[in-house]
Amino acid sequence: MRADPDLISQPGCHPAGASSGISENIGNAVMRSTLSLKDRFTLWLPRLVLSPSLVAVFVGVYLFIAWTGWISLSSSKMVPQYDFVGLEQYVRLWATPRWGTAVANLFVFTALFLTITISVGLAIAILLDQRVRAEGFLRAVYLYPMALSFIVTGTAWKWILNPDLGVEKVVQELGWSSFVFDWITRPEYAIYCVVIAAVWQSTGFAMAIFLAGLRGIDNSIIKAAQIEGAGLPRIYLSIIVPMLRPAFLSVIVLLSYISIKSFDLVLALTNAGPGNATEMPSTFMFSATFRRNQMGVGAASAMMMLMTVAAIIVPYLYSELRETRNEH
Amino acid sequence: MSTEISSAHRSHQLGRIFIYGSLIVLAAFYLMPLWVMIVTSLKSLDEIYSGSFIGLPKLITIEAWEKAWGQACIGTACDGLRPYFVNSLLMVIPAVVLSTGIGAINGYILTKWRFPGSNLVFGLLLFGCFLPFQAVILPMAQLLGKLRLSGTIPGLVLVHTVYGISFTTLFFRNYFITIPDELTRAAQIDGAGFFRIFFSVMLPASLPIIVVSCIWQFTQIWNDFLFGVSFTAGQSSPITVALNNIVNVTMGRKQYNVDMAAAMIAAIPTLIVYVVAGRYFVRGLTAGAVKG
Repeated sequence: MRADPDLISQPGCHPAGASSGISENIGNAVMRSTLSLKDRFTLWLPRLVLSPSLVAVFVGVYLFIAWTGWISLSSSKMVPQYDFVGLEQYVRLWATPRWGTAVANLFVFTALFLTITISVGLAIAILLDQRVRAEGFLRAVYLYPMALSFIVTGTAWKWILNPDLGVEKVVQELGWSSFVFDWITRPEYAIYCVVIAAVWQSTGFAMAIFLAGLRGIDNSIIKAAQIEGAGLPRIYLSIIVPMLRPAFLSVIVLLSYISIKSFDLVLALTNAGPGNATEMPSTFMFSATFRRNQMGVGAASAMMMLMTVAAIIVPYLYSELRETRNEH
Repeated sequence: MSTEISSAHRSHQLGRIFIYGSLIVLAAFYLMPLWVMIVTSLKSLDEIYSGSFIGLPKLITIEAWEKAWGQACIGTACDGLRPYFVNSLLMVIPAVVLSTGIGAINGYILTKWRFPGSNLVFGLLLFGCFLPFQAVILPMAQLLGKLRLSGTIPGLVLVHTVYGISFTTLFFRNYFITIPDELTRAAQIDGAGFFRIFFSVMLPASLPIIVVSCIWQFTQIWNDFLFGVSFTAGQSSPITVALNNIVNVTMGRKQYNVDMAAAMIAAIPTLIVYVVAGRYFVRGLTAGAVKG
């Protein structure tokens, strides 16, 4: 991965090229004269202070990934073995029906979760952008689920979706006595319950990013189009939404990342059941490693997850980097 | 002419009704789970089983809250959530302080003391923001075992600090890059050194980003479940793990009111932070969206 100074900079930041920094001043002085001990210390002190973090992240992220990678190539079961068996664990992983279920669920879940969260989040953002009253309050209402733990969300929705006492019963009592909503107990539908709860939790996030994008669009564009006689829905569909491309990209990437790691929500809401109907790669990894003594298979599944995330995140960061280059 | 104006006026009004109507219906949907959690937690178990779901309690009782806080069984111990709430506090406070402090000084170095390769260093740190933690929990469990920290609160503090550095460094770097270099250079000419500039020039100017970083880290660490469930067991678990255990106990009649009170207890700290400092929370949230 390449690093770029402007990669993550917020709009309105100083371009990084303009900041020369203190160390360069000293560096220039150093070139001209011989180093005094004090200068040398001043030059190295920042790097010295930074190094513990670097070591921590190097070990905690990169070395540990390599370690997991190694275990995925070993015969580890209950305890780590440091032998080499090639891709045996990966073959075993892909031959496990449970992993097949997990991958299929991940696709269904991600497709629905992204589509619904993005459409609803964008709709709310557009509605909120119509100079409504109490906008701050409404925004806070849509966004508060993001502050909750997925375990809390799962617990609440488990109760709401409970067919005996929850929503089903409420609707039946309202007079629609044949109403059935027992998805959470049915293997073929339970994954949609996870989608509902995940959408509820994450829409506010999509809304916040879209709203920030909308606020960055010049109002005069809308005015000009209105003078041309275009109606508001048409203006939004054919002019505004295409201008939100960067916001779409961010939302898609970050929501995909959320969906690949989603673990707590599934565990709290369905505990990967009924049976293993709502198994996801993250829950599979956890149970293989910590419950079923298949450390090698667990590590292989973790590497599959990592590669999926990297396949999404690295090109994303790379494209952001190129866009920044072109702007300068 | 006048009919034209009034029809335009009417369609405008219809539009406003549509906008407010949709926003209110959506708001009701987003508030519903919170409402259900609160009213359920204030009902007696009999009332719940007699079929009251969304309505107000006939008789408000805080019995479920008392049970969830002090008596509910988690594993074999029946001390309620209180000890786990304390665990989470003991974990979250040092981890937030450490990761924010380290992030602040890293951001300072990466903007004001740039060195050859400092951008590469930043890029490598950044990937930590997008790491699926499943890829590191196995080795981390091994390392914590070797350090004799497995199953302890200090172990969790260490883990959360290490994986928090990426985000906090990102926050502070992006903030400090907007502080003009002239400021730090002037301080240097006045004879201030590395630490002196950090403490008397940078930190006083960075209150907003300190708040953003603390809130983000607090929410993330308080809500964490994966590390908690992987590295602790029994009495040393954080509150999310304890909550999940309470809810998944299936003995006797399911105590939904206690479940909901327990969920509320686990949610209240982050909800308070959100209500008090929502603006800063949103800033942390959107900072991950590269150029949003």
